[in-house]
Amino acid sequence: MEFIQFFNTNLILIYLLIFTVILGFEVISKVPTVLHTPLMSGANAISGVVIIGAILLLRSATPDDYVMLILGFLGVVLGMINVAGGFAVTNRMLEMFKKKK
Amino acid sequence: MIFEFVINLAYLLGALAFIIGLRKLSSPDSARGGNLLAGAGMIVAIIAAMIMPLPGASNNYVWILAALAVGGLIGGIASYRVQMTAMPQMVSIFNGLGGACAVVLASSELVNTNSGEYVPSAAQTANILFTLLIGGITFTGSLLAYAKLEELLKDNKFVLPRHAVFNLVLLAVLIILGVYTYLLGLEQGMTFAVVFMAIALLYGISFVIPIGGADMPVVISLLNSFSGISAALAGLIYDNRMMIVGGILVGASGTILTLLMCRAMNRSLLNVLVGGFGGSGTASAASAGGQVAKEVSLNDAAIQLFYSQSVMIVPGYGLAVAQAQKVCKELDDLLAANGVDVRYAIHPVAGRMPGHMNVLLAEADVPYPKLLDLEDANAGLTNTDMVVIVGANDVVNPAAEDDPGSPIYGMPVLKVWDAKHVIVLKRSMRSGYAGIENPLFFHAKTRMLFGDAKDTLSKLASEVKSL
Repeated sequence: MEFIQFFNTNLILIYLLIFTVILGFEVISKVPTVLHTPLMSGANAISGVVIIGAILLLRSATPDDYVMLILGFLGVVLGMINVAGGFAVTNRMLEMFKKKK
Repeated sequence: MIFEFVINLAYLLGALAFIIGLRKLSSPDSARGGNLLAGAGMIVAIIAAMIMPLPGASNNYVWILAALAVGGLIGGIASYRVQMTAMPQMVSIFNGLGGACAVVLASSELVNTNSGEYVPSAAQTANILFTLLIGGITFTGSLLAYAKLEELLKDNKFVLPRHAVFNLVLLAVLIILGVYTYLLGLEQGMTFAVVFMAIALLYGISFVIPIGGADMPVVISLLNSFSGISAALAGLIYDNRMMIVGGILVGASGTILTLLMCRAMNRSLLNVLVGGFGGSGTASAASAGGQVAKEVSLNDAAIQLFYSQSVMIVPGYGLAVAQAQKVCKELDDLLAANGVDVRYAIHPVAGRMPGHMNVLLAEADVPYPKLLDLEDANAGLTNTDMVVIVGANDVVNPAAEDDPGSPIYGMPVLKVWDAKHVIVLKRSMRSGYAGIENPLFFHAKTRMLFGDAKDTLSKLASEVKSL
């Protein structure tokens, strides 16, 4: 019963989940073997999107709530390492895949 | 209202940039632009998260900017310094950080619930528990995978007797505890939720422990997928669609790679996770009953290569260990200058992560059209004069084709024995992963060249130069 209610009220979300999964599989299965390592490091960078959550967490923490501040700070640092490191290393790798004359 | 529209539009464009960016990864020529596009999408998302309206928030921008600077600096330096041979380690660590970030977000919800600031609905409770589970496993599992790749930890160390059973029990405990906490509700079940998180962290370690080095491509891919799923789950906590879309895309990517790697080894995911042939029952098939591998001198090998029409180089993990990719390209150039057609045969599970060999050879300036995948390589091998195997073993084992008793029977391999001659560069006669004997070394067409891959290749190159 609880599930049915959840389903009915979150229908758009459920559509989004299912369609994104299918889209993801379609897009990724086109990536050739040669690029699998850059794909993984690029995926690392994209999974750094959790940083959005960490930023929102840090923004809504009260300025004297050090537990939340530290958790949020940690979250943003972790996410940002992924984002910066992931995109930079992928770019470094893909530069090497340039076509030779 | 206009402002809210702008923020929503920013997230939408960001998610779109991820999708189109990944789409552009389908060709090496457009890939770089795709990565930059996805990066731009991420910057837009970060700015949107910074300025979106948040009623009653105290913002703490100083903390945020400091954290962005620290993270950006660490990530930037790491990406600049990392050696291409160490990409598997780097990807592992990054998988782990993504998982850790999700755990941090979920545990902040625990803290908020505990202090009564937040009363999660049943759906939110389930979601927080899933985030703790997947994020926790990703975090510790990835750290352990890193330790194994960096060889801080030897394979098979700390493997308990009946480790697979131990893992199953742990998993069962996690499921029961998770369901119980869910039924209790987070407020009442707070202690259980914390224990649940601790066991998830323990499980991450325990499930990677029995998995051997050669199975690392599967583990890294799987953890990559988990890091995406945990990001998507965290996105559900914050009801942020861009986090959901980004996380799912990564989850799909990791899942596809996991399946590809399993297929390339002809094993099921379960079989890899249980620790398949790394473990006990190594039914060592017909050990090399007194057979002797024939050696070849450097000079003879150089002459043979020099007068070949076509050469196929088969790189393996040994190439990465010896950092031999540049010398390999040097030999390639010398031979090509003499009109030899040099190409590379890349097995999907060669190395320690998907595409590992391709990146190393790209670093050494080998143009990617010369890198053949399994099918193309096998089609081309019949017309190849010489095969040079550099630090690969199981992926060129004929037992996978013709010995039903072999643990790797059925695995698709590079049929190097279809070529006219085979030279194997190898450190010693030590057998490969899990002690599987390789009959290729005793094959009539095969000659051995012992020594460190980099050293041998550079000697070969200077022999070729002097011809």
